[in-house]
Amino acid sequence: MLSYALRRLVSLALSLAVASLVVFLVVEVAPGDPARYMLGTGAQEDTVAALRAELGLDRPRVERYLAWVGGLLTGDLGTSYTYRTPVAQMVADRLWVSLPLALFALALSTLLAFPAGLYAAARRGRAGDVAVMGATQLGIAVPNFWFAMLLVLLFAINLGWFGAGGFPGWSDPLAAIKALTLPAVALALPQAAILARVLRSALIDVLGEDFIRTARAKGLTRFQALWRHGVRNALIPVLTIVGLQFSFLLAGAIIIEQVFFLPGLGRLIFQAISARDLIVVESVVMLLVFAVILVTFLTDLAYAWVDPRLRRRR
Amino acid sequence: MTRRLLPGAVLSALVILAALVSFVWTPGDVASVEVAQRLQPPSAAHWLGTDQLGRDILSMLMVGARTSIAVALLAVGIGIGAGVPLGLAAAALHGSWLDEVIMRGNDLIFAFPALVIAILITAIAGPGAVNAIVAIGIFNVPVFARLSRGAALSLWSRDFVLAARLAGKGKPRISAEHILPNLANLLIVQGTIQFSLGILAEAGLSYVGLGAQPPVPSWGRMLAEAQTLVAIAPHVALMPGLAIVLTVLGLNLLGDGLRDALDPRLRDLRT
Amino acid sequence: MSLLAIRDLSVTIGGRPVLDRVSLDLAPGEILALTGESGSGKSMTALATMGLLPQGARTEGAIRLDGTDLTTLPEAALCQFRGQAMGMVFQEPMTALNPVQRIGDQVAEVLTLRGAPRAEARRRAADTLARMGLDPERVPPSRFPHELSGGQRQRVGIAMAVAARPRLLVADEPTTALDVTTQARILDLLVGVVRDEGMGLLLITHDLAVVHGRADRIAVMQTGRIVEEGPVARVFAERRHAYTRALFAASRHRPALGPARTYGPLLDVAQVTRDYPLPRPHPFAKARKARALEDVSLTIRAGERVGLVGPSGCGKSTLTRAILGLERPDAGSVTLGGRPVRADRRDPDLRRRMQAVFQDPYGSFDPRQPVARLVAEPLHLLGRVPDAPDRVARALTAVGLAPEDGARSIHAFSGGQRQRIAIARALVTGPDLVVFDEAVSALDVRVRAGILDLIAGLSREEGLAYLFITHDLTVARGLCDRIVVMEAGRIVEDRATEDLFAAPAHPATERLIAAAPTLPAQHPSEEERP
Repeated sequence: MLSYALRRLVSLALSLAVASLVVFLVVEVAPGDPARYMLGTGAQEDTVAALRAELGLDRPRVERYLAWVGGLLTGDLGTSYTYRTPVAQMVADRLWVSLPLALFALALSTLLAFPAGLYAAARRGRAGDVAVMGATQLGIAVPNFWFAMLLVLLFAINLGWFGAGGFPGWSDPLAAIKALTLPAVALALPQAAILARVLRSALIDVLGEDFIRTARAKGLTRFQALWRHGVRNALIPVLTIVGLQFSFLLAGAIIIEQVFFLPGLGRLIFQAISARDLIVVESVVMLLVFAVILVTFLTDLAYAWVDPRLRRRR
Repeated sequence: MTRRLLPGAVLSALVILAALVSFVWTPGDVASVEVAQRLQPPSAAHWLGTDQLGRDILSMLMVGARTSIAVALLAVGIGIGAGVPLGLAAAALHGSWLDEVIMRGNDLIFAFPALVIAILITAIAGPGAVNAIVAIGIFNVPVFARLSRGAALSLWSRDFVLAARLAGKGKPRISAEHILPNLANLLIVQGTIQFSLGILAEAGLSYVGLGAQPPVPSWGRMLAEAQTLVAIAPHVALMPGLAIVLTVLGLNLLGDGLRDALDPRLRDLRT
Repeated sequence: MSLLAIRDLSVTIGGRPVLDRVSLDLAPGEILALTGESGSGKSMTALATMGLLPQGARTEGAIRLDGTDLTTLPEAALCQFRGQAMGMVFQEPMTALNPVQRIGDQVAEVLTLRGAPRAEARRRAADTLARMGLDPERVPPSRFPHELSGGQRQRVGIAMAVAARPRLLVADEPTTALDVTTQARILDLLVGVVRDEGMGLLLITHDLAVVHGRADRIAVMQTGRIVEEGPVARVFAERRHAYTRALFAASRHRPALGPARTYGPLLDVAQVTRDYPLPRPHPFAKARKARALEDVSLTIRAGERVGLVGPSGCGKSTLTRAILGLERPDAGSVTLGGRPVRADRRDPDLRRRMQAVFQDPYGSFDPRQPVARLVAEPLHLLGRVPDAPDRVARALTAVGLAPEDGARSIHAFSGGQRQRIAIARALVTGPDLVVFDEAVSALDVRVRAGILDLIAGLSREEGLAYLFITHDLTVARGLCDRIVVMEAGRIVEDRATEDLFAAPAHPATERLIAAAPTLPAQHPSEEERP
């Protein structure tokens, strides 16, 4: 088990190294000189050069890459070109909105999907199954940001139960959670639909396995066999999807933040793009990629927890 | 068998037909701005009403369908065109360094959600429909590479491939003659699913301004523009959303229906 | 009074009849063998008894266990009977156990389900596993199924079935997926447990030889009906029904091989060694290897008929792949007619001279191509062949099919017909050597007899040389002039067939011969029967 975790950890570090190189190179080839952009088109050549030196843009690429990676490792993400404040501080503030939102949505999606998938699999082919599957078919087709607009129309504008957007900050946790509820629901429902379908089909596959028949021959009822022997075996494909969903949710959160005017990473990155504040873009993108790779690593560990066969083999 | 295939095929065909018809005819002019006619609810003159600039929404949706379909279709093309050969090569050379490189590369792309790729491309080249195509296309590559590698690996373990090797056929030829034809159905089904995901992704990207730019109409941007009007004229926000839902629903039903109809054993190949 | 009494049991699945008025009796402590070919309904009888028929099955008639009619019980009550009053052992030990649960827990579940406290259930599960021959020192209850061999897993399967000491045990082909040596041990275990505990055993098997010496009574099934039933000795001696006679004849069928005629040397395997890398425990560990073949040498002369036998994992498949040039050995060489067989080089003329027929009649063909194209595939080796359709037609005729069959889809053919098509494909280039890799293992006895006759005929008439790889000594004995025995990656014996059976020199050979199930010697008068 330990060696398995070790192997995955090595692979995690490698992925991060390559990903950081990709992000750095992409931003490097981006046209436009940040220094000139910051100073405006009328700036003097020597002023621009001075700013370039101050920002470290005149150093060779390899050196800058290493400095950037070194900064990432120590938590120093550099200084924003436009705001002249540390990027790390800006990102940290915004992360306190985006991360809770994504986790909230992940929890909601999982809580909704498991009972639905389990129920549909247990009632396979009957009316209950058909109804759940019809609902998920619709759920998959709905774009989350449009669904968010419908939620605003119904619950904020017509019923007035929630605010239509904005974020009061975490000083009042209840108000903060309330402000994140509609965005989380909008994010979670389409993902829950996907997860429920995957869970159902994984369970139905497992129900056809010989060991379920063995369990029935031991005297377990159909539902006991499904619950005690089916679920854990069906978790493997489901975990894959849960892992992938986190990256979808994080990316989705960026879009949903636009609907609800939430001051998260999404707003930060769009502001940074329009201001060509590339160092912020670079840092936020790297952070998102890091989150996805980390979740993949955790998913791999979860596989080994679920499936003893993986602990030994590669 | 046709329980899902028929409604799926009809819905998808309707959307594609609407997009094609829009090249020669639309109920209203999408370029003409008539402020007097703005935010009209659905009526006999404007079946789906008018938007904040007085343009006919049905016409906008028909023209917008072209963007959605073109972006999603080209992105699927990129995914299949690059992903399938990579997957076939990885399977044919299973266990070699090339297989390892291809699969690690796929994992790496998976770490960049389509939106992140779009953000990066926008940082270099600025926003636009091509940006959306490339971002969604790149994201499709590992999907098709993994799918075809997994299915091809299970085919390579079959005895008929051994028989072909004993018939003196090389790996490229076996991949083309025996593996690819047996993957065709699977690719059609997955292609349909990725097509529908592409429609959703394009809408999301153009909603946040990373997709098609004005004056090219797109469903996502129609929604972005309608957002502030949702309280006074809900239909402006409802119609583009419904168009997306019906299109994606139709394509998903088509994909499921095709899977049932083409080969009930397809599921065995998906690992 | 009988323990199990099945009366006029008829079952249809989705309207298709699978069982037709089956009646059976099983007394406590008795072993009843239920035999027949695939599709005869023997497994369905077992599943019906357990109440585990697939969905859409309709049942008529009665299945009484200790006087209670199981067919009228509601599902909840039936669950009380399963595991407690009747246990079942399944065919596939590889898939019948839950891969993510410890074996001890899987056995203990049978007991906790009946309300046994957890600790006691664990203790009794451990006892049961030990009684089934799983040494707690070497195979503790904390193991997962993937850490066990096939035979060990089947012991776990039996432990689960008998843990709650049921009165009836149903075993559905419990040893079909196992090696002959393992098969003998598992059968002895099963019979021993049943005799010790006074259970009734319903033993389902396709292999008449397995029944011999183990079962008290036998019932023969054909297309959902019981055609003959009685004490084993009587049924074996009298064989009243034509189907029983046909099964017996096919089971000990010896094809007419004709005299051995060999010519010059053909295949030469010289000191071949092959290693496989083992997974490393951690990324910085030294690479480890498992030796699959160790210094293997073997020759086959033109026209010669050689058998290759050995337990699973002995290296048969690796050797086959090396001979066919599908894998490169780490050391040593394979030559055919003096030319090296190499996995990394194309040599159409060499390939043409050596073809193969594989085990699985369903996986051997690309499902998307018509038969003629499938059969014609190796013609690729001859370059441009103007008379390809004629050659395909001739090959199809040679294996007992019609040339018109070439236009049909492979889906239209049964398993036995597919093996004929596979042979046609192997013959189409006019090879000198054909490798048959477990080519008749997946077939029913009567179909198998037909294929064996076909192979023997090809040897008699065309002088075809072959290497026949099988786990079944009886088949090898009937079809080969010479038998090569492998164990643990080495060839331990390589002798003329009758010498080998008369006086096996190596203990591995002795074990194989001793473990192989055999039918009783034929009555002399029967030899004259047509």
